[in-house]
Amino acid sequence: MSNPSVDSLAVKTLSYAYGNKAALKDIDFSIGPGECTILLGPNGAGKSTLFSLITHLYNSRDGQILINGWDIKKQSCAALAHLGVVFQQTTLDMDLSVLQNLHYHASLHGMTRRQATARIQEELERQGMLERQNEKVRQLNGGHRRRVEIARALLHKPSLLLLDEPTVGLDVSSRKGIVEHVHALCENDNLSVLWATHLIDEIHPSDQLIVLHQGAIKAQGSVSEVCNGRSADDISQTFQQLTQAKAS
Amino acid sequence: MRLGHGVIALKGIIKRELWRFLRQRERFIAALVRPLVWLFVFAAGFRSTLGIAIIPPYETYILYEVYIAAGLIGMIQLFNGMQSSLSMVYDREMGSMKTLLISPLPRWFLLMGKLLAGTSVSILQAYVFLLIAWFYDIQAPLLGYVTLFPALVLAGLMLGALGMLLSSFIKQLENFAGVMNFVIFPMFFMSTALYPLWKIKESSELLHTLASYNPFSQAVELIRFALYGQFNSYAFVYTLAAFIVFMAVAVWGYNPSKGMMVKKGGGPR
Repeated sequence: MSNPSVDSLAVKTLSYAYGNKAALKDIDFSIGPGECTILLGPNGAGKSTLFSLITHLYNSRDGQILINGWDIKKQSCAALAHLGVVFQQTTLDMDLSVLQNLHYHASLHGMTRRQATARIQEELERQGMLERQNEKVRQLNGGHRRRVEIARALLHKPSLLLLDEPTVGLDVSSRKGIVEHVHALCENDNLSVLWATHLIDEIHPSDQLIVLHQGAIKAQGSVSEVCNGRSADDISQTFQQLTQAKAS
Repeated sequence: MRLGHGVIALKGIIKRELWRFLRQRERFIAALVRPLVWLFVFAAGFRSTLGIAIIPPYETYILYEVYIAAGLIGMIQLFNGMQSSLSMVYDREMGSMKTLLISPLPRWFLLMGKLLAGTSVSILQAYVFLLIAWFYDIQAPLLGYVTLFPALVLAGLMLGALGMLLSSFIKQLENFAGVMNFVIFPMFFMSTALYPLWKIKESSELLHTLASYNPFSQAVELIRFALYGQFNSYAFVYTLAAFIVFMAVAVWGYNPSKGMMVKKGGGPR
């Protein structure tokens, strides 16, 4: 669970390169408990690379990432215990049932059978997926798979939830449902969220915003802070202005 | 890492592998059909042309089918190791490998868990094969079926670690055909699975040398001796050493600062 005096996520002077090609340059930001931060950037901006570094799938020599105060490089197990992730691509096992997928995840987080069963029931109920728990994932549609993935990411009660373009390929109502649900989690459960997207309509007025373009942060702050002082009418135009400008 | 957490996670990883295996009935059948075809067709055909002298652990003249049985158990484990490696490449492409790697457990532990899970599946396959072979009159001493178990664990771990090592270096699923041609077949045919070393020596010194250094040969010999209640210390040490080397390289291959995901896009600076 989150510690109110510590940022759920702190990224400090983080850089990363593929060979000679810089993917991220001096990234600096933090997310406080209960904050929903939208990481907005066009395709190729470096969002997925940043997610891979936060989840420790990649390792960077430059900079630091702290999850709930734990350094991802030095205390990776403690840091990852506070993290829930929904990747862009479905990472469920198609041949297993919803229940089997969730039990597998619970065991990786060291939950006993009894704890896991209770948490699975709770999360599936919250997602409206309880009656589908015995179905094979292959039989579910995209929206339902996403709901299962969100339930799975929350099973171990993380303090930080990462979502990497979770609504890609979903219909309008599924998208809306997921956006509302995640925002409700921030408000009601004090969950911190980092949501990567390139879709403007997924942003709520209360969200924090980070605009990433060509591996660098172009703007960050609340929605109004990012828009203020620019000759743009709304966030959509601001985003266009920021991402059309050449990287310095 | 808490011990309790490790045990729960390990059970979870093994259980998932068994669920997957049992759900994929074609895989279960294919894994059995392959060695059975070799036993019923290949071995039967070669019975008259290949005479086997009395060599340890056998105490009498044996039929070729009896000799080849240990090699076919090795084959089951070799193919299972490669199948696990293939599914790891697939999992990586499909993303489900990520869910394992972002668990709050040390990377070496997660890979070891995956390896133990794959080995459990191969042991299950091996015993089903032996049960069918029993009715084909290939019968080892009853105690042999017990002493075989630890040998299957070590051989399965070694061959699984080899598969894992390969999976950390294979970038795409399509490249897996190359592994079949350049790893599985040479390993299988240049080994003692189908013919004893002295027989290979009669044909070619080079092949004999390659076969004797082939870790798969040693795994097969470990299995062969264990099935007859005997312990082949040389094969044990050789297989154990090969396992340690393969596992160390596989863990290195999955290291995030060097690892498999970095290679897909480049490397850290």
